[in-house]
Amino acid sequence: MAIKERKLTIARAMAEATAQEMRNDETVFVMGEDVGPLGGVFGNTRGLVDEFGPDRVRDTPISETAFMGAAVGAASDGMRPIVELMFVDFFGVCFDAIYNNMAKNAYFSGGNVKVPVVLMTSTGGGYSDGGQHSQCVYGTFAHLPGMKVVVPSNAYDAKGMMIAAIRDDNPVIFMYHKALQGMGWLGTEPGATVHVPEEEYVVEFGKAKTVREGSDVTIVSLGVGVHHSLKAAKQLEEKGISAEVVDLRTLVPLDRDHIFESVKKTGRLVVVDEDYQSFGVTGEIITSVVERDVSILKAPPKRIAYPDIPIPFSPVMEQWALPNPTKIVEACLKFNI
Amino acid sequence: MKPSVEQKLWMYEHMFVSRYYEETIEKIYLEGKSPVFNMAKGPIPGEMHLSNGQEPCAVGVCAHLHDYDVITATHRPHHQAIAKGVDLKKMTAEIFGKKTGLSGGRGGHMHIFDPDVSFSCSGIVGQGLGPAVGAALSRKLQNKPGVAISYIGEGAANQGAFHEALNLASVWKLPVIFIVEDNAWGISVSKETATSVPQNAMRAQGYGMPGVFVPGNDPVAIFEAAGEAIERARNGEGPTLLDLETYRLAGHFMGDAEGYRPEGEKEGLNKKDPILLFEKELLANKELTHEQNEQIKIAARARVDEAVEFARNSDYAPAEDAMDCVFV
Repeated sequence: MAIKERKLTIARAMAEATAQEMRNDETVFVMGEDVGPLGGVFGNTRGLVDEFGPDRVRDTPISETAFMGAAVGAASDGMRPIVELMFVDFFGVCFDAIYNNMAKNAYFSGGNVKVPVVLMTSTGGGYSDGGQHSQCVYGTFAHLPGMKVVVPSNAYDAKGMMIAAIRDDNPVIFMYHKALQGMGWLGTEPGATVHVPEEEYVVEFGKAKTVREGSDVTIVSLGVGVHHSLKAAKQLEEKGISAEVVDLRTLVPLDRDHIFESVKKTGRLVVVDEDYQSFGVTGEIITSVVERDVSILKAPPKRIAYPDIPIPFSPVMEQWALPNPTKIVEACLKFNI
Repeated sequence: MKPSVEQKLWMYEHMFVSRYYEETIEKIYLEGKSPVFNMAKGPIPGEMHLSNGQEPCAVGVCAHLHDYDVITATHRPHHQAIAKGVDLKKMTAEIFGKKTGLSGGRGGHMHIFDPDVSFSCSGIVGQGLGPAVGAALSRKLQNKPGVAISYIGEGAANQGAFHEALNLASVWKLPVIFIVEDNAWGISVSKETATSVPQNAMRAQGYGMPGVFVPGNDPVAIFEAAGEAIERARNGEGPTLLDLETYRLAGHFMGDAEGYRPEGEKEGLNKKDPILLFEKELLANKELTHEQNEQIKIAARARVDEAVEFARNSDYAPAEDAMDCVFV
């Protein structure tokens, strides 16, 4: 019997996961800007206030320093806050609460204090929203010891990782990409909207997934980059090149073994990332291979990332700077496979 | 400090330019975005925050300013930029992302920088406050003329930066005027559910400065209050907090369905459209003739249309120019 498809957007998958965990666990609550009746600017808290009421789904003032600190306090006191801060670009003002408290208190307390906060935030550009509304900076969060970093590429993973995030005793930042979120006004990548089971399930952190098998080159990516990579792999197939695509799913923990095993098989590595190029994700992925055994590589690794510039508003400049399938194809062709 | 007839007409004219500008931008913004509204499409992609209804806050203050007086503005900056005298052609080209724009297209509508008239803005809530304090400090230390104006919305008054900036400006007795444009809404969250006091002016007391609440979205009342505050600042008497009641006649951004507004609110606000009220008042007082009014409108429309034409006809900078200006 065929399984009935139940396609959800990432936004709806996140809201469903949150609702299920709120039913299971009274200590789970949501706060942030516009999470109440509006349902989140990017739709990921839609319907929650209707079911759980304004005590457990709290609209906040634009006071990130206070409510991010409050999340640390409530979490340390036994609750499981889920905090939305609509754009990752807006985190500057509350970073102390995150990188000096949330991420470190478990360690400072010798493991005696847990800080089970889930942060939700949108990432990514491509729609000309300028340089303070288009960044990814997940590398920044992954750089901080004590934070888990989740970057889903599709709704199935989003639901399973949202449930895992809420149940995790550590701070987790859940970074969804605007181009995958399923909001009509942002023009969504169709590949992100997939079948999502109604029942609860967990997608374990730190388990990368090979989303396409191949033998000539490994393309490692995350979030929207996975969709670019899959499109590139299709084009490469027509040119006789067999590309394997690995979806990291979480940056912290990072599935270094999975990356290594894939590159061992293909001998070639391309990393695709929408975050800034230098001192970030692409460098870390490449390092995780070369520091283990450089001899498995048939060629130097390549990376396609955002250049080290603020994100320009001009659509011409922005599209030129962003990673895309064409750039991935060109990089792979340079291997002269 | 009452405005002269000339000053009143200046305010009226700039309010009209600003509104016609926003109405024009609105139309252009919607090009290419139907039948499916996709923010990435059309000649002006990205977010668009219109200032319809908030014009009195811009003109009532800027009527007192010189080019060297500093303004730090917000994600909703067009009305203030126009009143401050930002080059309209270059600003429009920037909003289109063109090479001839103020920043060559790198900034866009939330990042308008025009050093010629000491204007800048930021897309991050409350993050113009500190820079305004710094600009005022710079003028004081260098003994140079000029005051700094920091425009924020009422939502930003709940940011730590607001409280820290007010305190700092007060203890250092700096020539800053903090201006809250209270349009009652932070996207979908109402002021009354987010703010501990009915009026932000009350908060000034905690920082040892005058706090003045100006009701009614009235350009003349704002002119009078701003005039006093700016004179205080110029005389070295320190900062003032101006809390201006205003109306957001559009959504938070274009595409906002505004379902959070109570029924009838929008219709009620439209009846209090400050431009229509001011026009009526000026005509009734015989400070404006029908003929003059017509001339003002024709000139305003021509100015905006010309700026839009300039922007449309300009080229985009080459894509590789994205790499320039990271360092100078």
